Amino acid sequence: MKVEREKIRANLPLDEPDANKSLLVRQMRARDLLRGDIDSADLEKHVEEAVLATRLDKVLNWGRANAIFPATFGLACCAIEMMSVVSPRYDIARFGAEAMRASPRQADMLILSGRVSIKMAPVVRRLYDQMLEPKWVVSMGACSSSGGMFSNYAVVQGADKFLPVDIHVPGCPPRPEALLYGFNKLQRMIMGNPEIGWRTRYSAHGTEEWARDLGKVTDDARDAYAAARDIAEAAGPPASGQPGGPADVPGPPQERVDVPERSKVEEGRFI
Amino acid sequence: MPDAPGLELIRGELNDAHPDAITGSYFEHGSACLICDPVQIRDVLAWLRDTPGQEYTFLASVHGVDYLPAEPRFGVHYELLNMARVERIRVRAALEDPGPDALPEIPTVSDEWPTADHQEREVYDFFGIVFTGHPDLRRILMPEDYVGWPQRRDFPIGGEPVIFTNTERDVPGWYA
Repeated sequence: MKVEREKIRANLPLDEPDANKSLLVRQMRARDLLRGDIDSADLEKHVEEAVLATRLDKVLNWGRANAIFPATFGLACCAIEMMSVVSPRYDIARFGAEAMRASPRQADMLILSGRVSIKMAPVVRRLYDQMLEPKWVVSMGACSSSGGMFSNYAVVQGADKFLPVDIHVPGCPPRPEALLYGFNKLQRMIMGNPEIGWRTRYSAHGTEEWARDLGKVTDDARDAYAAARDIAEAAGPPASGQPGGPADVPGPPQERVDVPERSKVEEGRFI
Repeated sequence: MPDAPGLELIRGELNDAHPDAITGSYFEHGSACLICDPVQIRDVLAWLRDTPGQEYTFLASVHGVDYLPAEPRFGVHYELLNMARVERIRVRAALEDPGPDALPEIPTVSDEWPTADHQEREVYDFFGIVFTGHPDLRRILMPEDYVGWPQRRDFPIGGEPVIFTNTERDVPGWYA
């Protein structure tokens, strides 16, 4: 994005009193950072553009997150719950996503509401490809997330096998409130502030249920957890705020949380 | 519905008209069934439709069954209905399993009973039973490029395994 303007103070879209001041502070900091790499005239121009562009991106993402057009697309029984989300009782219009578009060209969110059969999967993929960027996918319910109860020859075991999924909403089917909650998480992700999850927030890694064996953490589970964490950390932090960015990787780079040693485990609780 | 003696009467008359066509009959759960040689299935169905006094004119359903491990393994069921008397009779063609490299075959009836067209395609789709003479025998419900006959009893029952955090070690190729 290229922004052409004369002076930084001329037409700021912000109406708070200290906007100009804080913007100037940020400009000066950026100028200090870049001094030595770029010459003076180019430096002024670059700083103005960069600072303004980041603010514009924020506004843009805020607008995107609050004006989502979902595609009118129901796959199975979850679609009934998806329809009631639009009803006045739940009212997704509160979050600006009530305009269901009948064409993928006009939609920017695809809700996979139900099991995806292997015959439907190419159709869903084509619909997804026809949507314009930026676009997001919500996998609604157990079936589209993991195959659910349909562990058979006809159903794709998880829609993320053939298209990128941003949010998985569990449930069979999820309540409309659950879908709205998932949608709110998607909005936070679009605005560049993805959920980090309670386990990260409270440093509770290693307390997963599967990591326990009759109250004790098994060596296998601890190794598996450590390996999974290494893989996640090697992948690095996600490009937060980028539309279509990965959703399941934790957001900001976090401190490494050590798995408790076996000696610290007593009666199934971590000390 | 013919009762058990009525079924034996029909079987006797059919035996006179087409010797060796009927290999068995049974009356269970209130429904009559004739077991038939698949080569003569068209003659048997036509006799049940056209003979005065029988007149099972409506072919209500065609479906396939896999009786594994019983022999003969496959069955194609034809449900016939006399709409005047509201009587039903089932004709079951018993097909041998020709082995893993070949498909069982039976003559089509779709030229005489047009309703059998799609239903025979469905039986072919899920059981791999070939209806010789069918005008357009291809898959009807599964994708055209699908490999395998998914309703056979030796078809694997589960789908592919799903990777969760607690199963990623058990899924081959994922967790080194």
